[in-house]
Amino acid sequence: MKTESPIPTPGTIAAARRTEPEELTGAQAIVRSLELLGVTDVFGLPGGAILPTYDPLLDSTKLRHILVRHEQGAGHAAEGYATATGKVGVCIATSGPGATNLVTAIADAYMDSVPLLAITGQVFSTLMGSDAFQEADIVGITMPVTKHSFLVNKAEDIPAAIASAYYIASTGRPGPVLVDITKDAQQLKAPFIWPPAVDLPGYKPTARAHGRQIQAAADMIAHAERPVLYVGGGVIRSGASEALVALANATGAPVVTTLMARGAFPDSHPQHLGMPGMHGTVPAVLALQKADVLVALGARFDDRVTGDAKSFAPGAKVIHVDIDPAEISKIRLADVPIVGDLREVIEELTSLYFPAAAAAATEGVDTTKWWDELNALRNDFPLGYAEPSDGLLSPQRVISRIGELTGPEGIFVTGVGQHQMWAAQFIRYERPRSFATSGGAGTMGYGVPAAMGAKVGEPDRVVWAIDGDGCFQMTNQELATCVINNIPIKVAIINNSSLGMVRQWQTLFYEGRHSHTDLNTGAGTVMIPDFVKLAEAYGALALRVTREDEVDAAIKTALETNDRTVVIDFIVSADAMVWPMVPQGVSNDHVLYARENAPEFEGDA
Amino acid sequence: MSRHILSLLVEDKPGLLTRVAGLFARRGFNINSLAVGPSELDGLSRITVVVDVEGLPLEQVTKQLNKLVNVIKIVELEPDSSVLREHVLVKVRADPGVRSQILEVVNLFRARAVDVSNDAIVIEITGDSQKNAAFIKFLEPYGVKELVQSGLLAVARGPRSMTERIGR
Repeated sequence: MKTESPIPTPGTIAAARRTEPEELTGAQAIVRSLELLGVTDVFGLPGGAILPTYDPLLDSTKLRHILVRHEQGAGHAAEGYATATGKVGVCIATSGPGATNLVTAIADAYMDSVPLLAITGQVFSTLMGSDAFQEADIVGITMPVTKHSFLVNKAEDIPAAIASAYYIASTGRPGPVLVDITKDAQQLKAPFIWPPAVDLPGYKPTARAHGRQIQAAADMIAHAERPVLYVGGGVIRSGASEALVALANATGAPVVTTLMARGAFPDSHPQHLGMPGMHGTVPAVLALQKADVLVALGARFDDRVTGDAKSFAPGAKVIHVDIDPAEISKIRLADVPIVGDLREVIEELTSLYFPAAAAAATEGVDTTKWWDELNALRNDFPLGYAEPSDGLLSPQRVISRIGELTGPEGIFVTGVGQHQMWAAQFIRYERPRSFATSGGAGTMGYGVPAAMGAKVGEPDRVVWAIDGDGCFQMTNQELATCVINNIPIKVAIINNSSLGMVRQWQTLFYEGRHSHTDLNTGAGTVMIPDFVKLAEAYGALALRVTREDEVDAAIKTALETNDRTVVIDFIVSADAMVWPMVPQGVSNDHVLYARENAPEFEGDA
Repeated sequence: MSRHILSLLVEDKPGLLTRVAGLFARRGFNINSLAVGPSELDGLSRITVVVDVEGLPLEQVTKQLNKLVNVIKIVELEPDSSVLREHVLVKVRADPGVRSQILEVVNLFRARAVDVSNDAIVIEITGDSQKNAAFIKFLEPYGVKELVQSGLLAVARGPRSMTERIGR
């Protein structure tokens, strides 16, 4: 045995540091790992099984923890944060009900490919499987809705689990990753080694796209007479917006942006036809239907876009670019499949397009006729709305004015339903990450907490939650979080006193039998709850707007108020409907511009 | 519907089987047989799964399986170029009067009697599904008391190995 001097010298201390890593409790390791990964904000709510972690969290100067009022709020806030910033959103909850309350947000993030890291406490490893207090198999429960998950029951495994989870959540096709950590793993000590060894032999997120396929795509686009760029949320996730503009400018092809891709391509661009799908613009829907070449970029042929998939874009050859190979040919067979990162692929595609187009031009390929057709559709079927006949506010106008008065630098977050579709239709988006919404999962209640998260991530931007009266009642408890933590979001409740989208379907498809869709929050009702009183109770500035001449003033007041959360209760007509509409399950050929008014379209595509 | 044999090389992690089985159920695929065991590499297991699907959905399920972080490699094994084996244990009623008849059949099929009692025999047989099925059919008239079958095990013929290019 070697003898050592009992007095430590700087040299021996440094040597000891090199050889013996610092001992940390698992809880400290969680906090330290997050700090070292560059995480600055976490949303959470403590409880028994996560208590050890909340202790070192109190001392962290790098992590801002925002205490929510419900774990679902933490999950959606982390999603809003991730969507607005592109960084990984982090949420923390305790075991059992704390963890299950995160499930909706996790599922939502899974559907919309949101990079989310969810950390949950788990009961002592010695108690697992015994139906212990607040025990739930959250790894099992979330298996179908996570990209991956880890169950950690040893303190020494914590850094690697958190680093791996962060890596998996943020690379490839982003998604939610859960790390469930037992209470004893948080309490026990282990040497803290950073960076930890991340050993994921089965995870290969970065595929290099096949050059020959990109060439084939360039040739196919160059020879197309009716091309359409069908843009999905992947363009935003991969930061490919600029590259997309360059491709669009090069090809001159029309562009449609799905709900998840609103803002991926500027609305002001002359080639933009708007949003396709069930409530898409007539030009966008019909452009897809009549295309000869469809370039799907980070889009997944969701049924809300395709309608009846068998009759979707019947004459089109499909070029499908996605980072997730499983999306390619899942719904629609791709003639040119390209697996790769969108930004890289789009850039390469653009550079290969020019020589391909020069060759095609000599063969007389021309899209002038296509544009004539599309411009005629644009001219005949612009987005619009009818004024309500009941004298109440038009919800579409309110939403348009919010967009116009706020401008493109704002961030607009929605709930799910009619107001969501109107926010997608009537606000003009000019930049990526300016729109956050629950697309795939359609989670009512996403709005307020996600707006809160977006505001935390982008504190210098104006953040609006455009919410419905139904959605708002699901998660408005986070107003307390906003007010107390000085997260001044602006909430516009589009209060039509009902579950409006369901009511619209009842009006159209159930003979106007409005079964259980009246919420009694709006015009001519008992107004329970009174949203103004509710917002005031939370310490927010609350306004109610019932007349058109008050709309602008209220929005301006909200825009000028930056030290408080603002809630505006817009009392709108319950009869306003979302148009255009493709009824569920039918071909997109049957898009209805307004009730019983389908556009004529010559011949068969 | 057609039958496909998938061989999966997976990390031996807790919950792995749930992830794989759950994915099949969730995406609407029917698992016909499943066999799991350690592979020749430390920490890696081999799953052989037989699934009834159409051609295109098979590609989809393979892609989805590949997305599982703990799945390292998937190969579809063609029956013609693979060795396929199932193991069966069958307990058949056999009083002394018919015992020798049964043992004769056992020999014909190259099966083996592994336990004998007064009025029953436990027989093991290894082979492909058709051979095993034919054997069991033969035993049925005597009275099959218990039947236990393993999932299908499969390996490609020839010198190449599925784990060759795994950098371990």
